[in-house]
Amino acid sequence: MFEAIAFYTFSFLTILMFSITVMTSQALYALTAMAAGMIFISAFFFMLSADFLGAIQIIVYTGAVMALYAFGMMFFDTTREVKEKIQNKNIVFVLGTMVALLVVAIFMAPVVSENIHALYPIQEGLGNTEQVGIVLFTKYLIPFELAAIMLLSAMISGIVLAGKKMDNSLTLMADEEIELMQEANEKVNS
Amino acid sequence: MDTALLVETVIKIVVILLVFSALAGFGTYFERKVLAFMQRRLGPMNVGPYGLLQIAADGIKLFTKEDIIPAGVVPLIFKIAPVITAATAFMAAAAIPFLPSFTIFGYEVHPIVADINIGILYVMGMMAVGLYGPLLGGLASNNKYSLISTARAVAVFISYEVVSGLAILAPLMMVGSLSLLDINDYQAGGITHWIAFSQPVAFILFWIAAFAETGRTPFHLIANDHELIDGFGTEYSGMRWGLFFIGEYANMFFISFVMAIMFLGGYGDGSVAGAFALLGKVAFFFFFFLWTRAAWPDVRPDQLMWLTWKVLMPLAVINVVITGFVLMF
Repeated sequence: MFEAIAFYTFSFLTILMFSITVMTSQALYALTAMAAGMIFISAFFFMLSADFLGAIQIIVYTGAVMALYAFGMMFFDTTREVKEKIQNKNIVFVLGTMVALLVVAIFMAPVVSENIHALYPIQEGLGNTEQVGIVLFTKYLIPFELAAIMLLSAMISGIVLAGKKMDNSLTLMADEEIELMQEANEKVNS
Repeated sequence: MDTALLVETVIKIVVILLVFSALAGFGTYFERKVLAFMQRRLGPMNVGPYGLLQIAADGIKLFTKEDIIPAGVVPLIFKIAPVITAATAFMAAAAIPFLPSFTIFGYEVHPIVADINIGILYVMGMMAVGLYGPLLGGLASNNKYSLISTARAVAVFISYEVVSGLAILAPLMMVGSLSLLDINDYQAGGITHWIAFSQPVAFILFWIAAFAETGRTPFHLIANDHELIDGFGTEYSGMRWGLFFIGEYANMFFISFVMAIMFLGGYGDGSVAGAFALLGKVAFFFFFFLWTRAAWPDVRPDQLMWLTWKVLMPLAVINVVITGFVLMF
């Protein structure tokens, strides 16, 4: 009975939070609701006793991804409402509904036709973390390594793009040096 | 799930909430006294014997002060931000074993709320979510200083999470389990089995990262009094500001518990002496937080980032690689 109560509570909360994310025109509400929704999703993992995935859901989505969104939002005035530029409301409505229905259809199709097989059945006597590790390093080894290489190249390109002036620190320079640097920049820009 | 388990869990949660809320209050008293003695002052002396009732006076002041919501803020987010800080700090406590299991009136009590097998991961995750308190508080405050403080908080938290995560990876590889109970049992053989001796680098790195994650003094840039007024707490007053404080102190206690269990053997074999040893270790870590505040100045934000990415993170990665090689051969 507890499981049913927990399931319906967290389903309701998750749907409510993501609805707020989509509907609101206040950027901070959207950010907070999305972070909360990500945490509520982890409740389903905990209910299915997939503790590892639940904790990873919290750490990766709420701790890291949403914090990066928040970093982007610091450049705007978040206390004001966002004015959305919507030229045709009907197009937005139809496209949004269509995509939502399509996603539901995609995920429901195997459930309805009862065509789900566990290719890697759960091995008895092993913890949740070990199971994830075994699947990750046998069946999904190549996608896993590819993702690692992709992240590495993204990191290196990020450093190359952002790190041009990493060696000069504005706090360590004298005022004249900063002025000289600014003048040089203006010459390049003009 | 039977009713007995439910009642037991609720009792444990209430006890942990009450004990650590009270300890947060005592924490402020200890902090003022320790700082005062280190600076050759007396600290709070007037309210009660040795100023002990100062906590009660502060509590009354915080609770009865007018709760001001300034104009121009986002009211809802502004109100829930302090609650997030306090709540996530206490949620992290769910997976920490505070004492070895003991028997009371013939009923065996395990002083841990949820014995999940990924304990340490859950604690780190919840402390990561604690970032949302300063973040939302600063963004909703409509104040420049709060915004700068928020930017620093996010940068510092994300950077030092990388360091603390990589630092505990090496001990976890040795133990082979993410449960804090298993980590404790791994070191049950006594002082020579402590992970602090086999993984000294990881211990020091995690200790440094703990200062950043709780926002304590060498890395106290998040609510930096002398340049940012009070950072994300500038616009807060009364109990809402007090909740930020309770969250910070509760976090200090919980991360002290995590460090004592992970690196200094925890409660050892589970005897009474082991339980007192655990409390002693936690007290030492908490005292060390206060000691550093008296002894060290703050570092600059750019020095902080330099330290993370150019010193601590490479060290942590090298430590993980070496541990891997040693375990393999």
